Amino acid sequence: MLEKFTTIRGRAVPLRGEDIDTDRIIPARFMKVLTFEGLGQYLFYDERFDERGNPKPHPLNDPRYQGASILLVEAGFGSGSSREHAPQAIKRAGFKALIGESFAEIFFGNATAIGLPCVTLAPEDLTVLFQAVEADPSLEVEVDLVNKEVRFGGRTAPLSIPEAAREALVEGLWDPIGELLQAGELLDEFDRRLPYPRRSG
Amino acid sequence: MGKTLYEKVWEAHEIRKLRSGQSQLFIDLHLLHEVTSPQAFGMLKDLGLRVRYPHRTFATVDHIVPTHDRTEPFQDPLAQNMLEALRQNTREHGITFFDLGSGNQGIVHVIGPQLGLTQPGMTIACGDSHTSTHGAFGAVAFGIGTSQVRDVLATQTLAAQKLKVRRINIEGKLAPGVYAKDVILHIIRHLGVKGGLGYAYEYGGSAVEAMDMESRMTLCNMSIEGGARIGYVNPDETTFAYLEGRPYSPKRAEWEEAKKRWRSFASDPDARYDDVVTFRAEDIPPTVTWGINPGQAVPIDGRIPLLEELPEEERPLAEEALAYMGLKPGQPIKGVPIQVAFIGSCTNARLSDLREVAHYLKGHKVKRGVRALVVPGSEWVAKKAEEEGIAEIFREAGFEWRNPGCSMCLAMNPDRLQGDELAASSSNRNYKGRMGSPRGRTVLMSPLMVAAAAVAGETADAREVFGIGR
Repeated sequence: MLEKFTTIRGRAVPLRGEDIDTDRIIPARFMKVLTFEGLGQYLFYDERFDERGNPKPHPLNDPRYQGASILLVEAGFGSGSSREHAPQAIKRAGFKALIGESFAEIFFGNATAIGLPCVTLAPEDLTVLFQAVEADPSLEVEVDLVNKEVRFGGRTAPLSIPEAAREALVEGLWDPIGELLQAGELLDEFDRRLPYPRRSG
Repeated sequence: MGKTLYEKVWEAHEIRKLRSGQSQLFIDLHLLHEVTSPQAFGMLKDLGLRVRYPHRTFATVDHIVPTHDRTEPFQDPLAQNMLEALRQNTREHGITFFDLGSGNQGIVHVIGPQLGLTQPGMTIACGDSHTSTHGAFGAVAFGIGTSQVRDVLATQTLAAQKLKVRRINIEGKLAPGVYAKDVILHIIRHLGVKGGLGYAYEYGGSAVEAMDMESRMTLCNMSIEGGARIGYVNPDETTFAYLEGRPYSPKRAEWEEAKKRWRSFASDPDARYDDVVTFRAEDIPPTVTWGINPGQAVPIDGRIPLLEELPEEERPLAEEALAYMGLKPGQPIKGVPIQVAFIGSCTNARLSDLREVAHYLKGHKVKRGVRALVVPGSEWVAKKAEEEGIAEIFREAGFEWRNPGCSMCLAMNPDRLQGDELAASSSNRNYKGRMGSPRGRTVLMSPLMVAAAAVAGETADAREVFGIGR
């Protein structure tokens, strides 16, 4: 049985910046691995550490945000490379949900498929949330996928997420493999009917 | 009301609706490389599953291969491990693998079309965002994550959500010295790096119809940099002529039948689009980037914008980009010193790219102090380039002629920038740190413009350096 994501509660870390690409989330040199284990430590590595490995000022290095489980981002988050290593690194660093203005599509799909909800807020609500979390790092934030709202500091903001993804997360259907396999003989029928490249001549 | 190619291909491959409301989509062709597949095979094993239709999956090794010395074991044991894992996984599951030295190894998005694996009307998936390249053939091709690679291996299907379609017309004739790379950089510059979210891009119009297949591949390749997961061109006689006689293309009696079927997938003349955008080909200049995403671009004879000229919401990113690049607002983009010139990647490392550069490069020399690399897209491209004397022209000019792979585009192999070196690059991403140094800088441009920059030692207008159209 897959976990059902209804409400995610926790502190949030504010990560400013538009169009943050997956190369920044996890630099390519950390992808020479055969499993996703341990990727969490390389999350935003080049933004968090200098070339000698010394920490740089970065929200993820800020002690006030240690233990946060919600990542606040701006627009176009996760653009570029389709590497699932990016959401895997975020999840393995302890994050349970992302709140942003918009997400790149492949990133969004990869995150959903590993049970990492990404929801969006209207820009004005997101601005208020960023300011609230920056003013008070201990602020509790709630992502409610059932009632489709984000709650923090006595405020409520409506969240958006494509309905199919929301349904999948809430019902515990976010990993589709089981349902895909159930197609059974339909798969064989399509395999017989649709051409595939064959070497000949 | 007619249909678009995207809708027709979708309908032919939609198996059923899933409970979530997504569709289960059949994938005709699955391509694998070493970086995004090992975990998928691991997941398959954990679930006790096999590859369901191994005849629909093809693999090669491209991201981690050294381009200088390919002797095994590689100096980097992690890279060697990835290659070994792919060898083992493909052997165990009966998947065709184009290994090093097979004559067909190369960048996955170069070898698919070159071998005739990529065909019109197909759905194509690969754990790589530049899978959009294959859309040049009128295929619906897109990048997927590793969990989805597992899904395709196990079921040949994916859970997918239908996209909207934006038609992008390029009407007229491109000026001399202007290439498909400039067209796509121009499109992204105007529609933005998020402009394509939610859309598949259909490219058309007289300038696209006039393009050869390899130019169309360059165009579709960078759809993803414009935010669109899918980009395609309707199949036509140019497409069929390219495919005829390729190793995996249909043969003899099947050929005519295949063409008929392929033709039927093309968008109907009265197809309805969710959006239509038109550019004049004559307005498209040689275009180069100045920032840290592919939308931050200007004509080569232009200036980097002043902050006040940009919409307010773009200014913070522009400031961040200029600080990173060491450039100033209002500065001409021409004349920026470069330390590295890179011709390669799935965007621009095909034979026609190298042929075009060699034609103009002959007799010129790379400026002293510039490290210039050309990394052909595949073993086949490298071989043809040797036969045609192209490789020799590059070497003669002072370029290092390397073995095929992704190389410095994402620097998972030993080819990388050092410190804050600035590279003129024919690749697709100028992200911070993309070329392997956390402070390394990338200026994207067409391959010919990279050659011009290599010769001039600074960003330069290829039309001036090589006397084109004057």
